[in-house]
Amino acid sequence: MSADELIWRIAGGSGDGIASTSQNFAKALMRSGLHVFTHRHYPSRIRGGHTYVEVRASADPVKSRGDGYNFLLALGDSFARNPQEGAYYGNEEAKPLAENLDELREGGVIVYDSGLLDPSEVPNFEERVEENNWHVYDIDLRSLARDQGREVMRNTAGVGVTCAITGIPLSAIEELMRDAMPEKILEPNVEIMETAYDLVREEYDVDAPDVSVPSGEHDEEQVLMSGSDAIAYGAIDEGCRFIAGYPMTPWTEVFTIMSQNLPELGGISEQVEDEIAAAALAIGASHMGVKAMSGSSGGGFALMGEPLGLAEMTETPLVLIEAMRAGPSTGMPTKPEQADLEHVLYTSQGDSQRVVLAPGTVAEAYEASRRAFQLAYEYQIPSMLIYDQKLSGELTNVPASHFDREPNADIGFTLTEEELADQPHTNDGKFHRFQHDGENGVSPRSVPGQKGGRFLATGNEHNPAGHIDEDPNNRVAQMNRRQRKLDAIRADLDDDGLLVEHGPEDADYGILTFGSQQGTVEEAVDRLNENGTSVKALTVAELAPYPIDAVRAFLDSVEEALVVEMNASAQFRGLTQKELGTHGEMLSSLLKYNGNPFEPAEIVEGFTTNIVEDGELPGNETKFVPAAGD
Amino acid sequence: MSAFSAIGEEREVDRNEYTPEIEPQPTWCPGCGDFGVLKSLKGALPEVGRTPEETLLVTGIGCSGKLNSYLDSYGFHTIHGRSLPVARAAKLANPGVEVVAAGGDGDGYGIGGNHFMHTARENHDMTYIVFNNEIFGLTKGQTSPTSPKGHKSKTQPHGSAKTPIRPLSLSLTSGASFVARTAAVNPNQAQRILKEAMEHDGFAHIDFLTQCPTWNKDAKQYVPYTDINESEDYDFDPTNRAEAQELMRETEDKLYEGEVLTGVYYRDDERPSYQQEKQQIGEMPEEPLAERYFDGDYEWERSYDQFIDKHK
Ligand SMILES: Cc1ncc(C[n+]2csc(CCOP(=O)(O)OP(=O)(O)O)c2C)c(N)n1
Ligand code: SF4
Repeated sequence: MSADELIWRIAGGSGDGIASTSQNFAKALMRSGLHVFTHRHYPSRIRGGHTYVEVRASADPVKSRGDGYNFLLALGDSFARNPQEGAYYGNEEAKPLAENLDELREGGVIVYDSGLLDPSEVPNFEERVEENNWHVYDIDLRSLARDQGREVMRNTAGVGVTCAITGIPLSAIEELMRDAMPEKILEPNVEIMETAYDLVREEYDVDAPDVSVPSGEHDEEQVLMSGSDAIAYGAIDEGCRFIAGYPMTPWTEVFTIMSQNLPELGGISEQVEDEIAAAALAIGASHMGVKAMSGSSGGGFALMGEPLGLAEMTETPLVLIEAMRAGPSTGMPTKPEQADLEHVLYTSQGDSQRVVLAPGTVAEAYEASRRAFQLAYEYQIPSMLIYDQKLSGELTNVPASHFDREPNADIGFTLTEEELADQPHTNDGKFHRFQHDGENGVSPRSVPGQKGGRFLATGNEHNPAGHIDEDPNNRVAQMNRRQRKLDAIRADLDDDGLLVEHGPEDADYGILTFGSQQGTVEEAVDRLNENGTSVKALTVAELAPYPIDAVRAFLDSVEEALVVEMNASAQFRGLTQKELGTHGEMLSSLLKYNGNPFEPAEIVEGFTTNIVEDGELPGNETKFVPAAGD
Repeated sequence: MSAFSAIGEEREVDRNEYTPEIEPQPTWCPGCGDFGVLKSLKGALPEVGRTPEETLLVTGIGCSGKLNSYLDSYGFHTIHGRSLPVARAAKLANPGVEVVAAGGDGDGYGIGGNHFMHTARENHDMTYIVFNNEIFGLTKGQTSPTSPKGHKSKTQPHGSAKTPIRPLSLSLTSGASFVARTAAVNPNQAQRILKEAMEHDGFAHIDFLTQCPTWNKDAKQYVPYTDINESEDYDFDPTNRAEAQELMRETEDKLYEGEVLTGVYYRDDERPSYQQEKQQIGEMPEEPLAERYFDGDYEWERSYDQFIDKHK
């Protein structure tokens, strides 16, 4: 463990300000020229319960949370209640210290609040410290904060201690606090931070641990963003000005960002009675010619199945977001999983006509959000963005220029009144909404209030004029036209470079993945190559229509491939085998579904033992499923 | 030229404009009350001065849901129970369009009951017609939320143990600012009430009694009706909430006993519509949102200019 990266974990109780403190800390490191990446772990509780955030910082780009960490700031859970013997939520008091030790690297630092935490409650604490050569700082952060201001400012005291040990200048943090805090609470906070800093500098040996902050420099200005921010901004830049939703973690983040900003942008946000209504409202607004979206997470998205089918049949453009979390049912509300893939691909009745995009990184989330709107409105089809709790909340630095784009409010093949009057879209004096099919299956549309464009949209099968019609020939013609859009979209997406390849082109082996595991897989691939295994990775960001040719080409170029995904039933591998109809015998799976995303080391280990050495399963954190032909 | 020149167009509208040029063969049974709704709607729309092109008729599923197949305006035939959320958003997106939602009692009071309650609560500016035939028509005669207690059907062979829903009271308590009941056998009254409902700024709910001769021959939809607004026996003031409530209770009991009272039960012309409320608190643009997408000169704001500084 050395100076080339800092992975700082701040642990405490939910509601103790862990999230905001870590966000400021990450931003300060970013501003100082480092690349940062955060990982957030929290329980489904409001107050109390073990939570932590990791901030990884390095001079080189970072793509994942990394493996383990090297600096623990254990704050103590101020909301912990003395549990009864065997109570559900366990021994809260000791958790910030006790629960975090397994992943702390050798030579790492422990700072704990001796005002709230008692190491004698942590089994074998002394022995473990010695064995791992950890450097322990027991500081009464609680009293320190109380004496100078308020007890809740313990986190600020902890940051002061961190700076003293790592050499981060206090001024960097102070500057951010000035932006974020009102004068009244700013002063005591600054004072507390300085006191803690001085105390450590004077009374402790801060040169002992080999943990310091690397120095770095960005060649262009960076911003700190989460996947949810990027999705919301992508939507705004594509001219989305209508959102309807119902809260559900982690979709709530996008819903909140949009709701807070849309009114100022002249848009409309509606929190409605349920998710069926939410999707139906988005359809209603879109039918009127407005760019609209809705979304949810697993359970809420289940309710949207029926309106989703309505959008398909009426060819109403619609963007729906599915922020996955661990299921089935309400599962683990605050933990990531990629197990709603099949749910999103196949929900709703009939043959589906939809687009499903899965961004892998924060930067891509912005892109994918814009692309989802473009496809929905160009092709008059629902398009869905699927991502997970990991991507939704993780913060990372992205060049600011990435977001510096022109807005696009184009609503696709929608006629003006002049066009409605002149063009041959009418028959029997009436506008034929579902006729005039070009190669790509898209028909011109009108919107209510326009002269000369009246038509009926219906979820029943209908003829070109929009009337309910069950004539077999009409049915086949309409279905074929709707299905034809998918080929056109596939061709469009092929040109988009939504597939990200990483590693040596002529590698022997491959790793296939999708969504938020992209960065972790890429880091694993780099390490495998450094260790002499020749591997490359392909991240697939378009799941429907599936990029059959590109994936086939990738698989044909390697001997064997491992599919990495966060679910128990290998859904992405299943999709790939279904779409390709071949390659089953060369695809094996590495799965994880314990509520935590992969760490790069797990992928390296899984790949090495299972693929290279044909060995035994790794630990019980991950699961290996051999190739179908084995 | 505005992108929506059909909106607010001042001209005489002929009721025949609402009749599709090639009239689809109606799928309704002979004698069905739904014909009456269609007829009175065709009569009321021109009276309100609304043209087919500035009217959006949003329906649910069921025999009643087919209404917009036979009325030539802009139409959206949605899914079972979901006409209201679609209609609400349509109105918010372009408030100049006259939005009418319609569906059956199964559609509106059953599967869509939650949306009904919330749309009334929010007082969206629209008219909602519920075809109350006390039965599921299209799925062939099952008990509906308005079927009387003891009603026997194939799915309730021992007779329903449920008390029927009270649509007028439910609507009033939920917050609708206009509540009325009319009947297909009374086209003049129906047309008048529809007109008043469409002219009302807020959520106007009409429980429209329609007969289903195919599945529900026993329903009270055939008995004579008394118009509370016109009968001298009822010196009735529809702006008086307490009176409305009292009379609703009475008629909702009596519907299954013989006498049926119809008319406008309640209207509150003071209460702002949802859209007005939303505008007041700054959550809804003054100009119709939909216009902007057709306005080539409109300056679209970028996230980069608005929010990027927070992330630096
Ligand atoms: C989600 C869903 N459930 C069930 C149905 C089947 N369905 C079609 S019409 C109908 C009943 C309609 O009854 P009502 O709303 O009273 O209308 P009516 O046909 O009497 O006019 C049902 C249950 C459906 N289309 N969708
Ligand atoms: S089944 Fe009843 S409601 Fe349906 S069309 Fe026939 S008469 Fe009308």
